[in-house]
Amino acid sequence: MELTELTITQTHEGLIKKEFSALELCQTYLARIKKEDKKISAFLTLCEDLAISQAKEIDEMISTGREIPILAGIPSAIKDNILVEGMKCTAGSKILENYFAPYDATVVKKLKSQGVVILGKTNLDEFAMGSSTENSAFFPTKNPCDLKRVAGGTSGGSAAAVSANFCLFALGSDTGGSIRQPASFCGVIGLKPTYGAVSRYGLIAFASSLDQIGSMTKTVEDCEIVFDLISGKDEFDSTSVNSNSKPQIPNSKQTPNSKFQISNLRIGVPKEYFVKGMDEEVEKVIKGAIKKYEEMGAKIEEISLPHTEYALPCYYIIASSEASANLARYDGIKYGLSKVKSQKSKVKSLMDAYLYSRGEGFGPEVRRRIMLGTYALSSGYYEAYYLRAQKVRTLIREDFNKAFKKVDAIFTPVSPSPAFKIGEKIDDPLKMYLSDIFTVSVNLAGLPALSLPCGFVSIVNSQKHAPYRPPFLEKGGAGAGPKVNLPVGLQIIGKPFEENKIFELAKIWKH
Amino acid sequence: MKDVDIINVLKYEAVIGLEVHAQMLTDTKIFCSCSTKFGSEPDTQTCPVCIGMPGALPVLNKKALEFIIKTGLTMNCKISPYSRFARKNYFYPDLPKGYQITQYELPICEHGYVEIAVDGEIKRIGIIRIHMEEDAGKTIHEGEGNYSLVDLNRAGVPLMEIVSEPDIRSPREAMEYMKKLRTILRYLGVCDGNMEQGSLRCDANVSVRPAEQKEFGVKTEIKNLNSFKFVEKALEYEIKRQVKILEEGGKIKQETRLWNSERGITESMRTKEEAHDYRYFPEPDLVPIIVDQKWIDEIQASLPELPDIKRKRFVSEYGLAEYDADLLTSERPLADWYEEAVRLGGQPKAVSNWIMVELMRLLNEENKSIEGCTLKPKQLVDMFKLIEKGTISGKIAKTVFEEMYKTGKDAEDIVRDKGLEQISDEAAIDKAIDDVIAMHPKEVERFRAGEEKLIGFFVGQVMKLTKGKANPKMVNELLKKKLS
Repeated sequence: MELTELTITQTHEGLIKKEFSALELCQTYLARIKKEDKKISAFLTLCEDLAISQAKEIDEMISTGREIPILAGIPSAIKDNILVEGMKCTAGSKILENYFAPYDATVVKKLKSQGVVILGKTNLDEFAMGSSTENSAFFPTKNPCDLKRVAGGTSGGSAAAVSANFCLFALGSDTGGSIRQPASFCGVIGLKPTYGAVSRYGLIAFASSLDQIGSMTKTVEDCEIVFDLISGKDEFDSTSVNSNSKPQIPNSKQTPNSKFQISNLRIGVPKEYFVKGMDEEVEKVIKGAIKKYEEMGAKIEEISLPHTEYALPCYYIIASSEASANLARYDGIKYGLSKVKSQKSKVKSLMDAYLYSRGEGFGPEVRRRIMLGTYALSSGYYEAYYLRAQKVRTLIREDFNKAFKKVDAIFTPVSPSPAFKIGEKIDDPLKMYLSDIFTVSVNLAGLPALSLPCGFVSIVNSQKHAPYRPPFLEKGGAGAGPKVNLPVGLQIIGKPFEENKIFELAKIWKH
Repeated sequence: MKDVDIINVLKYEAVIGLEVHAQMLTDTKIFCSCSTKFGSEPDTQTCPVCIGMPGALPVLNKKALEFIIKTGLTMNCKISPYSRFARKNYFYPDLPKGYQITQYELPICEHGYVEIAVDGEIKRIGIIRIHMEEDAGKTIHEGEGNYSLVDLNRAGVPLMEIVSEPDIRSPREAMEYMKKLRTILRYLGVCDGNMEQGSLRCDANVSVRPAEQKEFGVKTEIKNLNSFKFVEKALEYEIKRQVKILEEGGKIKQETRLWNSERGITESMRTKEEAHDYRYFPEPDLVPIIVDQKWIDEIQASLPELPDIKRKRFVSEYGLAEYDADLLTSERPLADWYEEAVRLGGQPKAVSNWIMVELMRLLNEENKSIEGCTLKPKQLVDMFKLIEKGTISGKIAKTVFEEMYKTGKDAEDIVRDKGLEQISDEAAIDKAIDDVIAMHPKEVERFRAGEEKLIGFFVGQVMKLTKGKANPKMVNELLKKKLS
């Protein structure tokens, strides 16, 4: 077996049994990235020196016979909106193209404290706004399952890096589906933790009340190992919560026979999540997965989340409003792209300096959302938009509260379609926004949710690069292109701070 | 502007409300652990949080919350069990995040009042709200170039904003109200009240209306009032300006005006149409502030005695005059100094007199406050004992007191070192009197001829001869005996 195909636990065992050194491990991964990432473009920056010095430290520990933590020496990748001290942190934007992080994000501090090796910073949609990583100011990331397709977004670089065996795990951030959707598109595990479970300190904010950092991995066990490390109350983030009181599934450790306990679980399937217009093949895969869980003993119940149809507009108003304030700090005065000292005579006043710095620094999608949010918060519109959206948010949260009185977890698709083609939706923001239709509610309600790869849809790629056509129309495609299998993710939604229950449910999945 | 006829001004009533910003005396900033010390090198007291680095998040300083609750309780406010922060959005180089974290819809303190005394009348001024917010940095416009500099040391320093009801009716009341706030804030130790350094600043909303009219007139807001005098002067000017416009048949424009202290006038800064839309919305990076009653009770119990109550107690407990009690309680350290001296056995009225006359004179000469005074209450009381024992006279005591104040030495040492003991030896005084009588035969004759007021002259001569040390009572008695 290739070194880069091992899981975290297997790699850890290899390290302590001295089958390979941390340095060898690190160099193997770096070599693979250098060779293969030209095709995929998952990384924006490689932290080679940092990674090698971290790996050497772990080897030193091992050689002196000291015990090492499970994540020591494990190669990882970090989404480029999470700060790693001394490394560039661009948030996928021209405005931060040459910004070097002056401090470590809390999650990065935690990784470093355990000896995790940081290989590089991964690509994303600018300021985590988008659904395909095509909004990156630098380049789009390609899906390792089909290079003509997007990796999803906004954590597309992280998802692709895990999927392409460039690292053992990656950190992403999820504001409206940005971990789950690319995980689904690239066929990896992606967890969006409960709001407050993981510190946001050092995550470049998009929408503060929705953002969460989460782990993206090849196995559920790996996902849990990383989540256990990065979660917990942080004194630098007052919205973080101590999740020491994580509820455990009774006897989960003692009873390997999961069939027994799954029969105690009731799974809700919301009827609003299976609607017309959704890719039929995706629907088939999801329904098949739910059927499998039923066969394993889970009680499946149809439930209703009646305010689902308002989730997307509600999300775009709240997220954009918060973003309009969060992105005000990029003004060309303190750091980042600045036109203050521009030689061009057009910058004549402070206002010009703002307009030109921000106008050139931000891409079109970011500008669109700043305008949208500014409008929604403006005097005279605030009540009709922002305040109303907050009321809808409460209703959406109550939908879930009611549902969770009856069921232990909720199953839905992650995305209405598999990975779409690069360029397919980029010129139609509304179509792009629809990719988030099944994921945004979870952020609005602050719930934990995991994307579990549960099957594939087979697609015949047309040879020509066609303009936008809904993916399900391409299935029978006219062209005689090669067939590809595109992964589909099942979304497992849990009660607040019941990530463990989600992990247990995901672990019993057998392909 | 030409002065408006005083009669015209009297036909109108001014309606004034003040927004007072007070910098809190916490050691660290409101949302990070940077120092709040004043006067350091620019940008040396900053961190990712207060300079708005990407990814940084605010965490509320509990001390700031305690300070504002203290203030709210003292100003008779209701403390909200649930309040929130909000973002106030605007662009300016000294505002690193592009928004100020403040409180908007749900402030921590509401519905209070303070009482002020104007011409002996007690008047209640309502407080609409007191809320917390962060200060911005300081923009410095200096030098020749077409640039400005920003110092972010002040960014994130905790402020409280105290918003009054429009209950104030004259510039004089406004000043008294400001003074009252300053006294309270200083008593509580939550603000140093230093207006020159900007730790206490104020904006005023003012309108005028015909004396009989109920509705308020159109108001203007005056910014940048950083001394008591300016509060009074700017309001006087603005009221006259508004009355003049109305008298000439004009209309007041709702606008923000800036006080120009050099020219002594207010100038238009921006009109209502140019006013910012701050797009307030709840701050998602901070959780709502939930204050439990137990903590409020603990803070209430820890509040110091406030000036009004202390003043009344000084009058009833120590038998002081209102005026003296008022002055002694104007600053907490002064009141504490006084009470310490009384506790150590000083006679209350005597202590008051010595503070009011001698100590205040010496402090004022040096422009010092009681906090900078090295003289301890015990030293004053020890000096009183020397007077009681007859070791020194009341007159010499003034010299001793000044020496104590200046050198920090005890009275006894000063008296000994300088040989200031009172002469109460009858023989020695007799000798001095004999010398004086011998030197001034003409005066003796005139006295004996009935010019009795000359006794003062003789006492003076004896004191001069004994360098002021002779016991005055004995000198008087012995002189009368010898001269008659």
